[in-house]
Amino acid sequence: MRYLPLTEADRQSMLAATRAASVDELFRDVPEAARLSGPIGGLPDHMGELEVERLLGAMAAKSLPAGSVPSFLGAGAYRHHIPATVDHLVQRGEFLTAYTPYQPEVSQGTLQVLFEFQTQVALLTGMDVANASMYDGATACAEAVMMANRVTRRKKAILSGGLHPHYRDTTTTDARFIGFDAVALPADPEGTEDLAARIDDQTSCVVVQNPSVFGQVRDYSDLAKACQAKGALLIVVVTEALSLGLLPTPGGMGADIVAAEGQSFGGALNFGGPYVGLFAVKDKYVRQMPGRLCGETVDADGRRGFVLTLSTREQHIRREKATSNICTNAGLCALAFSIHVSLLGEEGLTQLARLNHAKAVQLADKLAAAPGVSVINDGFFNEFTVRLPKPAAEVVEALAERRILGGVPVSRLYPGELGKGLENLLLVAVTETNTESDMDAFVTALAEVLS
Amino acid sequence: MSMNSQGRPSAIPAAGGTDSVTGTVTGNRGLQIEEPLIFEQDSAGRCGVDLPEAPKVASRLGGITPRARIGLPGLAEPQVVRHYTRLSQKNYAIDSGLYPLGSCTMKHNPRLNEKMARLPGFADVHPLQPVSTVQGALELMDQLAHWLKTLTGMAAVTLAPAAGAHGEMCGIMAIRAAHDARGDKARTKILVPESAHGTNPATAAACGYAVESIPATADGRVDLDALKAKLGPDVAGLMLTNPNTCGLFERDIIAIAEAVHGAGAYFYCDGANFNAIVGRVRPADLGIDVMHINLHKTFSTPHGGGGPGSGPVVFSEALAPYVPVPYVTHGPDGFALVEEAGDGPAFGRMKAFHGQMGMFTRALSYMLSHGADGLRQASGDAVLNANYVMARLEDVMTASFEGPCMHECLFDDRFLKGTGVTTLDIAKALIDEGFHPMTMYFPLVVHGALLIEPTETESKAGLDQFIDALRALAERAKSGDAAYFQGAPRLTPRRRLDETAAARKPVLRWVPPAPAEALAAD
Repeated sequence: MRYLPLTEADRQSMLAATRAASVDELFRDVPEAARLSGPIGGLPDHMGELEVERLLGAMAAKSLPAGSVPSFLGAGAYRHHIPATVDHLVQRGEFLTAYTPYQPEVSQGTLQVLFEFQTQVALLTGMDVANASMYDGATACAEAVMMANRVTRRKKAILSGGLHPHYRDTTTTDARFIGFDAVALPADPEGTEDLAARIDDQTSCVVVQNPSVFGQVRDYSDLAKACQAKGALLIVVVTEALSLGLLPTPGGMGADIVAAEGQSFGGALNFGGPYVGLFAVKDKYVRQMPGRLCGETVDADGRRGFVLTLSTREQHIRREKATSNICTNAGLCALAFSIHVSLLGEEGLTQLARLNHAKAVQLADKLAAAPGVSVINDGFFNEFTVRLPKPAAEVVEALAERRILGGVPVSRLYPGELGKGLENLLLVAVTETNTESDMDAFVTALAEVLS
Repeated sequence: MSMNSQGRPSAIPAAGGTDSVTGTVTGNRGLQIEEPLIFEQDSAGRCGVDLPEAPKVASRLGGITPRARIGLPGLAEPQVVRHYTRLSQKNYAIDSGLYPLGSCTMKHNPRLNEKMARLPGFADVHPLQPVSTVQGALELMDQLAHWLKTLTGMAAVTLAPAAGAHGEMCGIMAIRAAHDARGDKARTKILVPESAHGTNPATAAACGYAVESIPATADGRVDLDALKAKLGPDVAGLMLTNPNTCGLFERDIIAIAEAVHGAGAYFYCDGANFNAIVGRVRPADLGIDVMHINLHKTFSTPHGGGGPGSGPVVFSEALAPYVPVPYVTHGPDGFALVEEAGDGPAFGRMKAFHGQMGMFTRALSYMLSHGADGLRQASGDAVLNANYVMARLEDVMTASFEGPCMHECLFDDRFLKGTGVTTLDIAKALIDEGFHPMTMYFPLVVHGALLIEPTETESKAGLDQFIDALRALAERAKSGDAAYFQGAPRLTPRRRLDETAAARKPVLRWVPPAPAEALAAD
């Protein structure tokens, strides 16, 4: 087997050193009744590289890659162009095959990357500090709510109807088992809900998403003030991190915590994961933050270096008193994020964000010209919601038959009762990867499907 | 030395001088090249991508004004490549050498898995595409589920959790949901052995349970009598790592399971150490109800400097109804995806979308490569390697418990008594010898623990070199050369770092230097 360096002769001489007659004897503490005498049945034996490639290649071919057809899906996962440099650098073995940097003397590479990542996230979100990443945006959102509960010593979170339903559900799962109230408001496609009126003296936080899951952008400065007046925290969720290249920063609006999905920078679609959660806060909340933090220090020679720090918040030190049980984060995805953002820089980021927005405006206009189709948002970034004259799920299926991935039907995110009245809504995302001919093909096919 | 914005010395000597540490003008030391922060390499207007002009349209931001500049640095592509390449060279990695971190299973990461994970049918698929267009991705998830269920003998699996600790959360939630479904609200405690990973008590506490510790016996296993004494109608479950964190198989595990079930509780197994027993014993046959599996350990998906991981959870018949969404099923038109819990007992969602697909592909590629026969050989070699290390070190170091061990062997610091050298010192000296240290000070049940997990992908020659280095260090410590150890490491890009200073006044981000006038005014 190509991954196993021991030869039979090695095994025999090593067994002799251990004074065991056989490898099986080393397993003698396993209850005999449960010990297997040979390979487990029902699974194939080992394969060469070629066979594995053939088998998995055939399996992969049964999916329709988004990049092979005009594709307009978003709703928390965005298909952006990733510079070749990103994947090349991410695959350097020194990054790919390193462990969590607990031994700083031999991990300065990963640690400096994390320090730079934290700084980039803080700049993008307009916050004071960021951690070294979370699993994804949804878990970052749930952790943000739990952090707000700790900070305010209150137990009621208000979740906007513009919050991605997967983020809502991830948070309500935790609410059920961890024991707090998560008041999830009904879907709010137009962004008209009055959140300020719902804040009371039990409210630990209000969670909004900008742009909302329906694409609507809003200024939450007034809500931030309303939260502050009642002692609640404002959590701003961002699922399309590229929007931070154009929209006012959540920190600038007065957010206390930002929980975001960073997949748009450096991350492939990957059928939903792995992605990278971004988590940023105001300075005063640093010690209540979940997850790992990298900090600057000096070494024995007085030279600048980096270490994981404030670990007294974490599970391996605090055990049952930890701020979170999180251990692994999304290191390699954070690296990809950081490389992509470094390549873009200030100029590239702004230009890319403007390009996305302008293309989205173009497509919105083209779609709105189709009979019976209207765009419901007055302000959006690169994703918007259209109202169709019939159920969006059917339309999307019919478009897929024409090899066009025409967006996400809102009913997929709000099934059953929750989606009553939303059946005809379709989420459409546009990125720099969509050409004008993609858009025209979409519009033409949609007109056919609707006629 | 120039000063960075935080007033701490940076690595680059002032023009004309030489670095006080390296004696070189640049501060570089041959192939060890100093690299400033990316923010210190900014040149306004420079950019590492070329983008087309945006179409000229009126913006539609709903009256919102676009933000001002935020201060990201501008670099051209070659500078970015060099920056990250230089940083990478400051890392130890499994690609460069032995990484004997106990409980972490740092084994070879095959590049075939990377290639497979990048197949467009897996990597370039949106999670919300129509199900008819993602059949290949769903088949892969279904296949991985089949392998995990077969290898563990368990009835059901969820692939959703993003990491081991997330899987633990999922397992404890399922236990809670099962008790809740019976209307049993009296169970407020989770029992956790002293030797457990920190995530276990953190998870139980996060789920609202009181954590009660179970002591260990003199031979490093759970004290069955103490466990039985703590079991009762107030106990929801037991969280146990097996093989345990001392590297030992819990011989009484079947009796433990019976006692737990007899008290109406569930048996959670932390599967972090599954690599020791894959293909040798099925957890279901040991009476386990629920167990997470770290794909980034046992099934060799890369650790990536701290993630992403993946922590699927397998469930017994008793807990199978509580598997969270989403999961793949077989429908009339191929594979289907259940995304909503509906009115069933299953609890909701643990993250966005369907789990760590990129990790699933790598893990399945690894499983197919090994096959049932290869996995059994791998666990055998992992256990043999650990026992070999233990056998060759136990005369100069102090093994905490009698063997055989499983895939990792545990030493404590009794052999350092009176030398003035600590476990940490040994680890730092090992770095100068070209090895990543073992896990230190864990588990907590022995003093000054050194937990060594070589894994099956190390050769005998590689192990011998590691063993010889460790033997020499042990002898050196005993010879009274404590000063040597306290100065280690000496040959790394950085020497020991001041962690106390880092925590006392945290500097967690770069901030632009203050203008020169402001500095002068200070």
